[in-house]
Amino acid sequence: MKRLLNMLPLLAALPVSATAADVTVCVTVSATGPAASLGIPEQNSVQFLPTSAGGANIRYIVYDDATDPTAATRNARKCAESDKADVIIGSSAVPTSVAAATVAAETSTPIVSLSPINVPANVNQWAFRAVQKNEQMASALLEHMKKSGVKKLGFIGFADAYGEDWLRTITELLKDTGIEIVATERFARNDTSVTGQVLKLVASRPDAIIIGGSGTPSALPVTGLADRAYKGIIYQTHGSATADYIRVGGKAAEGSILPVGPVVVAEQLPDSHPSKALGVEYTKKYEAAFGKGSVSAFGGMMFDAGQLISAAIPDALKKGEPGTAEFRQALRDGLENLREVVSVNGVYTTGPDDHFGHDERSRVLITVKDGHFQYLPL
Amino acid sequence: MDSSIAIFLAQDGILNGSIYALLAVAFVILFSVTRVIFVAQGDFVAYGGLTLSALERGQTPGSLWVLLVFGIVAGLLELGRARGFGLRQRYRAIILAYFLLPCAVAAAHWLGMGELNGACRILLALALVVPLGPYIYVIFFKGLANSSTLNLLIVSVGVHWVLTGVGLLSFGAEGYRTNEMLSAVYQIGPLTITSQSLSVIVLTVAIMLVLYFFFNRSLEGKALRATAISTRGARLVGISAESAGTRAFTMASAIGAASGILISPITTLYYDSGFLIGLKGFIAAIIGGFASYPAAVIGALGIGLAEAFCSFWASALKDAIVFGLVIPVLIWRSLLSTHPEEE
Repeated sequence: MKRLLNMLPLLAALPVSATAADVTVCVTVSATGPAASLGIPEQNSVQFLPTSAGGANIRYIVYDDATDPTAATRNARKCAESDKADVIIGSSAVPTSVAAATVAAETSTPIVSLSPINVPANVNQWAFRAVQKNEQMASALLEHMKKSGVKKLGFIGFADAYGEDWLRTITELLKDTGIEIVATERFARNDTSVTGQVLKLVASRPDAIIIGGSGTPSALPVTGLADRAYKGIIYQTHGSATADYIRVGGKAAEGSILPVGPVVVAEQLPDSHPSKALGVEYTKKYEAAFGKGSVSAFGGMMFDAGQLISAAIPDALKKGEPGTAEFRQALRDGLENLREVVSVNGVYTTGPDDHFGHDERSRVLITVKDGHFQYLPL
Repeated sequence: MDSSIAIFLAQDGILNGSIYALLAVAFVILFSVTRVIFVAQGDFVAYGGLTLSALERGQTPGSLWVLLVFGIVAGLLELGRARGFGLRQRYRAIILAYFLLPCAVAAAHWLGMGELNGACRILLALALVVPLGPYIYVIFFKGLANSSTLNLLIVSVGVHWVLTGVGLLSFGAEGYRTNEMLSAVYQIGPLTITSQSLSVIVLTVAIMLVLYFFFNRSLEGKALRATAISTRGARLVGISAESAGTRAFTMASAIGAASGILISPITTLYYDSGFLIGLKGFIAAIIGGFASYPAAVIGALGIGLAEAFCSFWASALKDAIVFGLVIPVLIWRSLLSTHPEEE
């Protein structure tokens, strides 16, 4: 209900029916279901997206796909066919995003996904992302390792796709860097103990340990390592950048280092960071509406998607009327040729081979200090 | 691998194994008295730990609403089922056990019992979770007393999913840990023993001893054993199979909730953590042939140790190895025993 009320000012600000010049942006996010912790802040952020660009009003329609790929397919179809969407934003999780992107490509509608999806070339042609690749995040950790003189790295990750992907990413990045992975351990989200894995990690004497897990489960190896008095560096992935990780990890989580989108620590960024001004403004607006400390990288992704689309609209308007196939094609071309579009999670420069558009400005390192996340300059 | 690592692993294995042992004993009690293979046993562990954690944070645990709803549903069913002599007395007992008890627990919570001290908080957490056991028996199993073991198993799988779903709704998807109640650390040679993990083992042994004396010395315990051996025979000498069922479920939920409270400072519990913990207790119960308590306890410790050493040697295959162990055990057991004809 609260969420609905929050949407009211947005609905009131919009014209009831679209005039000919309105650009229709259709959003499908996972506001319920397993990915709800991502989808809710994303949905909340729709009200902060630009309402006009290049002289045209932008109209937003929001659907919930309940983290269900079938519902995401249905939503995307509704967007393309009955709402005549010019562009789709969504969805929150990988399976739902792939489903929505497939429909988008089929109906020749550009889509900005909030999840790092891998899709075939014909689908990818229409699919853009407002989210960082794991490689991007891992490269920040690598820089920190080099700077801190790490030579031996231990890895412990989820025994699932998330952990595997991080291990693969890290292994590839470490090639020819002189940093060696000395132990590779796995654990499950639901494990009650990681003593065995931790003992083996510590026995291989790594300078640093990276934990390829997300959310509260990634706190378990941290407490285990603290029990064994491990003194090296602990790296986490951006999946753990939540207040719950600090709550469960407690004292043991102090000092662990995570890569995140800049919006998470917008206020602490140096003034030279391009995302600072927008990030602080977005954080203020978001926290005024949803409470202190509520801002997350996920809502920032939705904000980014809005920035990308509004950056591509002015040129596209010259090539066609919103609601036509020409406009959608022009919008797609625009999204593929973004130059230095600044948003809260980084600066986007896209190209035919790069539908992510991120560079090293799209991630910063943070560390846990006194129970809070603190910006860690590289 | 040197000896100090082996000692650490053994310590971890015994710690987890003692929790599995408690659950295995609960499995055996329930199966022998009611023939229910209660898959949802582990969910009491999650409920116990998460309820305590919610109380610690000064929140109203979701299990309070579960307790009230289950109590009212079970009470209404019981009122409908009551027959025969002494109806008025029976109604009074039902109202007391199913309507007033949950209300009293809720009142105790709202009057601030959870904020008094640690012991009161644990008592309140137990009072919030333990009555769920008998309520579940009354709602789901009492009417099925005469159906086959397979039917009862199917229903218990259903109950497990209900409890997991309700758990997600009441506790949320995030994991919680409770504060350590004991913080002393003992150093014996290379071995570091925290008093928290020591308390788990000591309390496990204590609970086992209490159960032993209950079953061997008290009349009620003997009545439960009699029901386990032969329901009809027990009925002939005046033991009600239904009250035996209620009692067995109360014991099972008490053991589950106590295990959850014991391990909640040591590990992070999630709304769905119970299943995997329960499954390992279940395998221990299988090693005990769902009949022998000592064999189940030894099996549980064996699983705990196997798990600890596997997580050291091959962490990616840990669960596969632990659950794979059940196959040779089953072969060995079926070679040893002569099976009675299928029911």
